[in-house]
Amino acid sequence: MRPAGIPRDLIAMRVARELEDGMAVNLGIGLPTQVANHVPEGLTVWFQAENGILGYGGIAPDDAFDQDLINAGGQPVTLQPGACFFDSAESFAMIRGGHIDLAILGGLQVSERGDLANWMVPERGGGSIGGAMDLAEGARRLIVAMEHTARDGSPRILRECTYPLTAPACVDRIVTDLAVIDVTPEGLVLREAAAGVSPGGVQSVTEPSLQTADDFREMTF
Amino acid sequence: MTSKAFLSCNEAIADVFDGATIMFGGFITAGTPTDLVQALVERDTSNITGIANNIGIGDPLDNLCEKRQLRKMIASFAIRASGARQSRFEEQYRAGEVELELVPQGTLAERIRAGGAGIGGFYTPTGVGTVVAEGRETRIIDGREHLFELPLRADFAFIKAHRGDTSGNLVYRRAERNFNVTMATAADIVIAEVEELVETGELEPEAIVTPGIYVDRIVKGERHEARWYP
Repeated sequence: MRPAGIPRDLIAMRVARELEDGMAVNLGIGLPTQVANHVPEGLTVWFQAENGILGYGGIAPDDAFDQDLINAGGQPVTLQPGACFFDSAESFAMIRGGHIDLAILGGLQVSERGDLANWMVPERGGGSIGGAMDLAEGARRLIVAMEHTARDGSPRILRECTYPLTAPACVDRIVTDLAVIDVTPEGLVLREAAAGVSPGGVQSVTEPSLQTADDFREMTF
Repeated sequence: MTSKAFLSCNEAIADVFDGATIMFGGFITAGTPTDLVQALVERDTSNITGIANNIGIGDPLDNLCEKRQLRKMIASFAIRASGARQSRFEEQYRAGEVELELVPQGTLAERIRAGGAGIGGFYTPTGVGTVVAEGRETRIIDGREHLFELPLRADFAFIKAHRGDTSGNLVYRRAERNFNVTMATAADIVIAEVEELVETGELEPEAIVTPGIYVDRIVKGERHEARWYP
């Protein structure tokens, strides 16, 4: 049986612990956008929205909606002191030119080599690439935040992605409701698991084999 | 001095023809030329190839699907990977009635930039190892595989800014710039919708983001309060 995982908000809180002072960070649509609301006290993080903002703060309340002040998912955002605006070509020069320290993207599937699939579910067809392919290639570090398994309980961390790729070999770390897993040249390394979840429990819902890190520990927030 | 100002959106787009390729600025609710798109809906122009970042539920562009005016969209975001509600565009796409060319957003912006800057294409690692790379010319640069991408241009660009003057200089509000700034450079006829139209000389030169030489026509539109569709 699938072990019980942590709620989505806690995944965002765990990912927020990866933030460092002064970093430029891009948050993908969905779960990753919640990370902006959990920046550790005392850190200045420059959140970049690919629609042309550097320095947005958290998600704004709905009643403060300003249609010209949105992130790339269309959500209303607030501005931090020092924020600036620019156009899409400049925004992607930032992304593709290696100026973004960290991208946090949602995922549908991740392979053991760190291939990411997050833009199309083949059964649904169509799909939307948005900025994901550019971010996966251009950001210096890429963390994928997602549920550990699909709705039917099947693993999303696979030997090979079956969905169309966003980019090959681009993921550095995977944070799910069950675990924190690093993609390394030697394979996937299990670093942390949610409270009450054993390495064997994580392995039971992960297709490729996981090595347990020497300093393996419980996920904290 | 000749004024580029038009009195109405209908007049500003009067020569848009069936089969035209049109760039539409805007990113979801920010910087969308709502009144120009509405005028295009009312004009019944057909067989349009549209170039825009996104087309989805609540986007004025989706209204072009009501009377099936679109033949093809070139966009980065058009069909949600999840979500229960479908846009009209999505319905027509799934019925095989409209074509879609999905382009990574950065590649879309850079192709338009190249089109406007007289650059014959560029190499980028974005899309390598994905469906975007199928049939594409590749080249190894600094040990890394790159794809060759062609420039994009259009017959018309419909763009939106906050303020503009009668020479076509434009000032944007907050995140309105997005694709508007680059599209202003990449079409034969560029039509700008602004909320406030002022006389030449009234805008601060340091504040002007789009120089007037790129803009052929400028028209005052209304501010439309948009909403977000999660």
